[in-house]
Amino acid sequence: MACDKYRSIEDAIAMVKPGSRVMVGSFGLAGYPEELIEALSASGTGELTIISNDLGTPGVGLGKLLTNNQIRSLIGTYYNWNPEVAAAYNEGRISVKLVPQGTFAEAIRAAGVGIPAFFTPTGAGTELAAGKETRAFAERACVLEESIHADVALIKAYKADELGNLVYYKTARNFNPVMAMAADTVIAEVEEIVPVGSLDPECIVTPHMFVDVLTMRKS
Amino acid sequence: MQAISEQQAKERIASVIARYFDGKAQHGRLFINLGVGIPTMVANYVTSPNIYVQAENGMLGVGCAAPEGQMDHDLINAGRTCVTETPGCVYLDSAASFGMIRGGHVDATVIGAFEVDQKGNIANWIIPNGKQLGVGGAMDLVTGAREVVIAMQHTSKNGKPKLVKECTLPITGIGEADMVVTEYAVFVFDKGRLILKEMAPEITLDELREITDADFDL
Repeated sequence: MACDKYRSIEDAIAMVKPGSRVMVGSFGLAGYPEELIEALSASGTGELTIISNDLGTPGVGLGKLLTNNQIRSLIGTYYNWNPEVAAAYNEGRISVKLVPQGTFAEAIRAAGVGIPAFFTPTGAGTELAAGKETRAFAERACVLEESIHADVALIKAYKADELGNLVYYKTARNFNPVMAMAADTVIAEVEEIVPVGSLDPECIVTPHMFVDVLTMRKS
Repeated sequence: MQAISEQQAKERIASVIARYFDGKAQHGRLFINLGVGIPTMVANYVTSPNIYVQAENGMLGVGCAAPEGQMDHDLINAGRTCVTETPGCVYLDSAASFGMIRGGHVDATVIGAFEVDQKGNIANWIIPNGKQLGVGGAMDLVTGAREVVIAMQHTSKNGKPKLVKECTLPITGIGEADMVVTEYAVFVFDKGRLILKEMAPEITLDELREITDADFDL
């Protein structure tokens, strides 16, 4: 295969260092890079900041990293599917920063497109805006939200070509394309790598420029 | 006051909202986002082919729940239920999906609530009991959708009014509620006032006032 970005799952996950800020694509268990997360939990790499919508379910997917005590802090939107998160937070074992889901997605997109912060009406006047700058635009209160960047993004796509262009599958797309733009190192787990030229250029979602490493699912 | 079973209550709330949307959809296409619980049931009652369901996890054109044996775990709605595609459906990333919502392109969202107060403030994201830690898309939806329809039972499980003078729980958005549909009544917010629009046959106005803490006009 003429693909200089290709690495084994193990070699790819070795790029995640202790203390890294790691973005992971997913919505529940849809569209998460399952084998990369398995390898990350097997590696025992710790002190991680995990930036993801949620943390799967207890002991499954990203939930495994919490069960293994590999997480220092979380930035995300919804942890009610994994009660171990609230328990660990209440015991002071992890810090958690909750962000409204649309703001979370936009903050990641902003990091990817070079916008350090933006004003949004979402959350104005609520607990989640506490301590943040608020300004009125067209008489509507808006909150200043900073972009969210990561050291490494672990994303899941359906297919890649050998350059690293990506296409996705149904609602497994979710946060993956925006995370692909917002990290220093972007590692994509895909199900198939096809020759350059065989993906319809009109249908490619993530251009190869954003992708550093391709790895393929074994199963 | 004649009691209404929980199941009857939920079905009535969903069907009243569906009837409202069917009426609106006579004038053109209607894009709606449905929250978890009673809101999802609205899809079972709408009949207009002009209604398109958006799911904030990245889909426009959500169909019915996937039948047993045809579930695809990468085809879900925001409540993580496996769903189906409708012809012409589209997938999009989370930023674009919330762009649809925040940008005012989604006509209405239907959501549940713990409390709604007479100023239209909504509390629906957290009961601070140490067990919950999540906001999801609740704040984005109440802020962004053009119309916010609250689907909730009139009182809590222990009989406390949910339509209150002032929210006691952490709010999701300020003055964002446009309509409240319960098993006993339909209310709308008009220029900051809560107005009773419809009442169920099982209840009298005095009885309705007894189970409603919020002040409302007729």
